Amino acid sequence: MLAGAARLERRARADLGVSRLPDALGHFGRYGGRYVPETLMSPLIELERAYAAARRDPKFHARLRRLSRDYAGRPTPLYEAARLTERGGGARIYLKREDLCHTGAHKINNVLGQGLLAQRMKKRRLIAETGAGQHGVATATVAALLGLECDVYMGSEDIERQSLNVFRMRLLGARVIPVESGSRTLKDAVNEALRDWVTNVRTTYYLLGSALGPHPYPMMVRDFHSVIGREVKRQFRAATGRLPDHLLACVGGGSNAIGLFHPFIADRAVRIVGVEAGGHGIATGQHGASLSAGRVGVLHGSMSYLLQNDDGQVAVAHSISAGLDYPGVGPELAYYKDTGRFEFVSVTDEEALAAFQSLARLEGIMPALESAHAVAHAMKLAKSLSRRHHMVVGLSGRGDKDVQVVSKALGS
Amino acid sequence: MTRLAKTFEALRARRGRALVPYFTAGDPSLADTRRLVIEAARRGADVVEIGIPFSDPLADGPVIQRAAQRALAAGVTLPRVLELARDLRGEVAIPLVFLTYYNPVLAFGLKAFARSAADAGADGVIVADLPPEEAGPLSDETSAAGLDLIHLVAPTSTPARMRLIARRSRGFVYVVSLTGVTGVRDALAPDLVTQLRALRLITTRPICVGFGISTPEHVRAVAPYADGVIVGSAVVRLIEQHAGTSRLLEEVGRFIASMKAPLQEGE
Repeated sequence: MLAGAARLERRARADLGVSRLPDALGHFGRYGGRYVPETLMSPLIELERAYAAARRDPKFHARLRRLSRDYAGRPTPLYEAARLTERGGGARIYLKREDLCHTGAHKINNVLGQGLLAQRMKKRRLIAETGAGQHGVATATVAALLGLECDVYMGSEDIERQSLNVFRMRLLGARVIPVESGSRTLKDAVNEALRDWVTNVRTTYYLLGSALGPHPYPMMVRDFHSVIGREVKRQFRAATGRLPDHLLACVGGGSNAIGLFHPFIADRAVRIVGVEAGGHGIATGQHGASLSAGRVGVLHGSMSYLLQNDDGQVAVAHSISAGLDYPGVGPELAYYKDTGRFEFVSVTDEEALAAFQSLARLEGIMPALESAHAVAHAMKLAKSLSRRHHMVVGLSGRGDKDVQVVSKALGS
Repeated sequence: MTRLAKTFEALRARRGRALVPYFTAGDPSLADTRRLVIEAARRGADVVEIGIPFSDPLADGPVIQRAAQRALAAGVTLPRVLELARDLRGEVAIPLVFLTYYNPVLAFGLKAFARSAADAGADGVIVADLPPEEAGPLSDETSAAGLDLIHLVAPTSTPARMRLIARRSRGFVYVVSLTGVTGVRDALAPDLVTQLRALRLITTRPICVGFGISTPEHVRAVAPYADGVIVGSAVVRLIEQHAGTSRLLEEVGRFIASMKAPLQEGE
């Protein structure tokens, strides 16, 4: 038993350590990199070194593993959604229950890792951006846990949409700073957090919440979330003796998606599908589907797909779910889109709402609206496949935070 | 020899320093920017920076963010800024330097941008979010087109990075005076002079200092250690205050003259 645990830990560490990508300058093919003001270059290099040192330190892993288990509640269950499967009448649908993590979403995986790193780097203050508020809540949580100061940037539009999470952050002792610039959503919150970091870089740790931004963030966030995919692999094998045929996850910035997908990249038989926010429909131009409908560009420190106009001005994304309401996407997903290893589709606001209700009524699980996008596509896809086909859906968060939005959208 | 090199050589020969005001193109209108640049040159500006607005200017503080939003709302695009530069080249002899972010340049096309900018008569370009590590593709095109790609040194830059940046930078080296975003400040960073002295030991290239420089006193304090002083937010704030009034040119012109005074030769 003990030997088994040690082996698993070795494997986990190997998985954190030996990914071929990104290269030394943070590139995934042409994507990623570090497109930031010079002021941030040395701090990013320092962060990269600190992370490399932490990666080699068994004590860091032991502490992260212990907190993930005793504090965050890992491993999260892999649950076969029998009634959802029955409704679809096709492939068997399993849900990876990240919604059962402490704070209600996968975001805790990353903030525990980066929080411990900030502590190692002797930074006293955490800053973060947040869209739906889930990453803000997770950061405020880890700040409380580690006794650090915490300021969270949040677009004033999102503050209105996600008032419950704003209150949660404040209860946890964080300051929520409204962002009034630009579109007043996640993109502008990232701008403000970067401006704060440029100003206070010597004392402050920027705890970026998705697998995007300048190197080393996309790599680091991926590594900390890869625990999702590693657990799925183990759990699925234990349950069925094989690997799933399909993996599905929603994609905003892409942190839960890359976390679920990454450990399966070499397993060529596993089909991997990212589900983007189709908003009012791709044709309307009001959506958050950067991979499906964007062009290559540079935003927030890395090169990736981006919603933008012909003149290179960043477009305002739209999604009913604040967490997918972002015009960019992580560079590693962009890379695997181009290689063809990952497929990307989009699901509209309306379809996500319907999936939200289906999952609530059929399984007694209210998913986050973000995760509902993945559920919606899974239900579509399942119909066309046989019962021998197994799919795993990343249920990245729970839907309590969205109850008001859903109630408004349903007109009740 | 490029126009920027000639300008700084001539200034050094007479122990003068360059005043480099910044204007966001199209704030409040392209016609106003044109008039403002001509007035700036008349009042003693030695080089002018012309900002190509971007929707997400993460190195900029609120003053220049607002200017960029006003310019974008007024329909300013990169091709129209190129037209402005071409027009200005017929009016003023001083070097014109674009300042922007990478995405608008990337969207326009690196080669097309470098050629069009050089054709329009621009002399250099500063890309706020393009450190030397990522600048290879653009630098190939700007070199080919004869456009100077200017890099920035920050207070957080290590000595090794300062050397790298000084080596790669063309035209001049842009020293970011403080750890932060652009904006008007009361005081200069206390370690600025140390940083400038360190950079002088590394490079013979012209050095221009920007970020936070807002008063003639700031200019006077920095002048002995640099070849030029860049004034951005203080100019843009004046434009914001006087846009749409008959006093706009006069107010900005007078401010530029007051900032230039401490830089005159013999000072």
